[in-house]
Amino acid sequence: MRDFTFKRDWIYGWLLLLPALVFLFAFTHIPAVTTFLNSFFSTPRGRRPAKFIGVDNYERMLGDPVFWKVLWNNLWYALGTIPVSVGLAIVMALWVNEKLTGRSFVRMAYFTPTVLPLIAVANIWMFFYTPGFGLVDQITGALFGWPASNYLGNPDTALNAIIVVTIWKEAGFFMIFYLAALQAIPVTLKEAAQIEGAGRWTIFWRITFPLLMPTTLFVCVNAVINSFRLVDHIFILTDGGPDNASALLLFYIYEVAFRFWETAYGATLTVALLVLLSLLAIGQFFFFDRKVHYK
Amino acid sequence: MLKSTFLKAVAATALSFSTWASAQAVDLQFYFPVAVGGKAAETIQELTDAYVAQNPDVTIDAVYAGSYQDTVAKAITASRGGNPPQLSVILSVDMFTLIDEDLIIPFDDFLTTEEDKKWVDGFYPAFMENSQTGGKTYGIPFQRSTPVLYWNKEAFEAAGLDPDVAPATWAEMVEFGKKLTKKDASGNVTQWGVRIPSSGFPYWLFQGLAIENGATLANAEGNKTHFDDPKVVEALQYLVDLSTKDEVMAPGIIEWGATPKAFFEGQTAMMWTSTGNLTNVRDNAPFKFGVAMLPKKEQRGAPTGGGNFYLFKGASEEQSKAAVKFVQWITAPEQSAKWTIATGYVAPRAETWETETMKAYTADFAPALVARDQLEFAKAELSTYQNQRVTGIFNDALAAAITGKKDAATALKEAQKQADEILAEYR
Repeated sequence: MRDFTFKRDWIYGWLLLLPALVFLFAFTHIPAVTTFLNSFFSTPRGRRPAKFIGVDNYERMLGDPVFWKVLWNNLWYALGTIPVSVGLAIVMALWVNEKLTGRSFVRMAYFTPTVLPLIAVANIWMFFYTPGFGLVDQITGALFGWPASNYLGNPDTALNAIIVVTIWKEAGFFMIFYLAALQAIPVTLKEAAQIEGAGRWTIFWRITFPLLMPTTLFVCVNAVINSFRLVDHIFILTDGGPDNASALLLFYIYEVAFRFWETAYGATLTVALLVLLSLLAIGQFFFFDRKVHYK
Repeated sequence: MLKSTFLKAVAATALSFSTWASAQAVDLQFYFPVAVGGKAAETIQELTDAYVAQNPDVTIDAVYAGSYQDTVAKAITASRGGNPPQLSVILSVDMFTLIDEDLIIPFDDFLTTEEDKKWVDGFYPAFMENSQTGGKTYGIPFQRSTPVLYWNKEAFEAAGLDPDVAPATWAEMVEFGKKLTKKDASGNVTQWGVRIPSSGFPYWLFQGLAIENGATLANAEGNKTHFDDPKVVEALQYLVDLSTKDEVMAPGIIEWGATPKAFFEGQTAMMWTSTGNLTNVRDNAPFKFGVAMLPKKEQRGAPTGGGNFYLFKGASEEQSKAAVKFVQWITAPEQSAKWTIATGYVAPRAETWETETMKAYTADFAPALVARDQLEFAKAELSTYQNQRVTGIFNDALAAAITGKKDAATALKEAQKQADEILAEYR
């Protein structure tokens, strides 16, 4: 009898898990494993089926100058977007957390870029950056008499121009998390510090910022993932050009897999991306987790 | 009781009979892309509906599949999933890729009569270059275009040039360009002489320069490129010099999409772009403009561009036959004229230009004829096996030279080496 109930509970438990499991396996685990397996085969084409080629794809990847270029670009992209958008988010959150007139309007204005789809954002910025009659050129031309620029068409500035768009898009999103965290900090802490004679900077640096650390960890993990995940705007703004100056890893994967139809090499690059992302996520949780909580 | 059973039986028979009847109608699925503004999608839907209304034995499901890139991706994915469309419009340059993927069948099997063979010969030869290989016809030209030079007549007049004469040679284009390039008091350029966009797919307009200089970028078998031919290098040097040495064109990569707008805004006095923009320029240019063939070096020349009809594998005999019939109908003069007027695409058959509709249109709007006349000098668009990858490499080389990261000869030499590595297995 006991055995029977144990078994029944067991079946019951699995049945409850089943719907989620099916979706998780169908859309996450099986594709990941298939991708990993495909990376050891050649790309099937028409009458030539895929054949096992060992680590050839990986050797090709290590010798592919475009791979190293997009990886390097991605590093710059991450370094350029994460600290600035997180810093900006804190500043904006602190500001709209104060009692100021038109607070909800300012909050809304900061949050608007987040609501817009990235493709729409890219189209708006496309107009800002257009040489000659774009918004940026009209402003710099009228104020400083600068000549027409070509930010997206110059390999030295294309990636930076894209970084600016990403920061504009992301800072508002992160601000919402900080705003929620700020409102969860008890006012009594601040008041006690003020009685002790602490200035605004000390209060921020010694009380507010440490209490925000769990949020910062969460935001940073998201920002890192986003820096590898957000590539939609590149399709609109530069298409990876000039000469791959603004291509990122995921963009290159799409290009290889769905433009060049080299699905096996695309799978290899995807494995590289997965490894990189898991390393980063694990690293962040293990190394920062200890320092995050206020003691 | 008996009555109701009888009625049910009758109903069931009637029902099965009606499904049997509709099963006799041939179902076709047809993917098409839209790459230009205007009413392209609506016009295709209209034409398809008209055909189905005339031919009750066929039902056609016309599926708008996004850009050219999206359409080929969808068609390949659907075929791999065992559910290919019977018919699709895809870039003419993707022919070798589709053959390589073993996804398409030639039209020849369904064009057996003398009349059918004559029909194939009725297309402009320049368009057929990208549609035939190994003696077989894999593509039927439909939404085809070619680049032309647009010029602002008022800007020409202001610069002291004859407003009705476009530059006819490379040297003239530079000479006119210098007169047309205007600077303000602080030395900033307010109007450039010429604009040859180089974003996204720079190879296409550049190919115009290469052909004019007497070079061919790839062989007809699609397995060998000639990127490092000295004539190609010379053509690229000319393009680079336009912005560095002659200073008649803005430096850096020039956006394709913003080019018509820059022309309307007076940012440039001349521009190179597709005939697919003809209707757009006609509707939006706030000044008088002209359309001319691209200027020549050794010869006139331009690449063709745009999409062909392809027949997909996996269709039944009836479906493929029905698809061929539909293609013959939609490229026939009246339908083709309607399509050309709605979009600006070049009608691919001489007889279309002879229809009353087209005559009335060109009498009213002569620039539409320039593209047709240029076809005489047009050559196949760059197309090879693994086309997207090979042209991708070529595009990167052009971009590197245009932005001054590499010199023309080095960039092209490297591109040729990479292309050779890819194409070696197809020789």
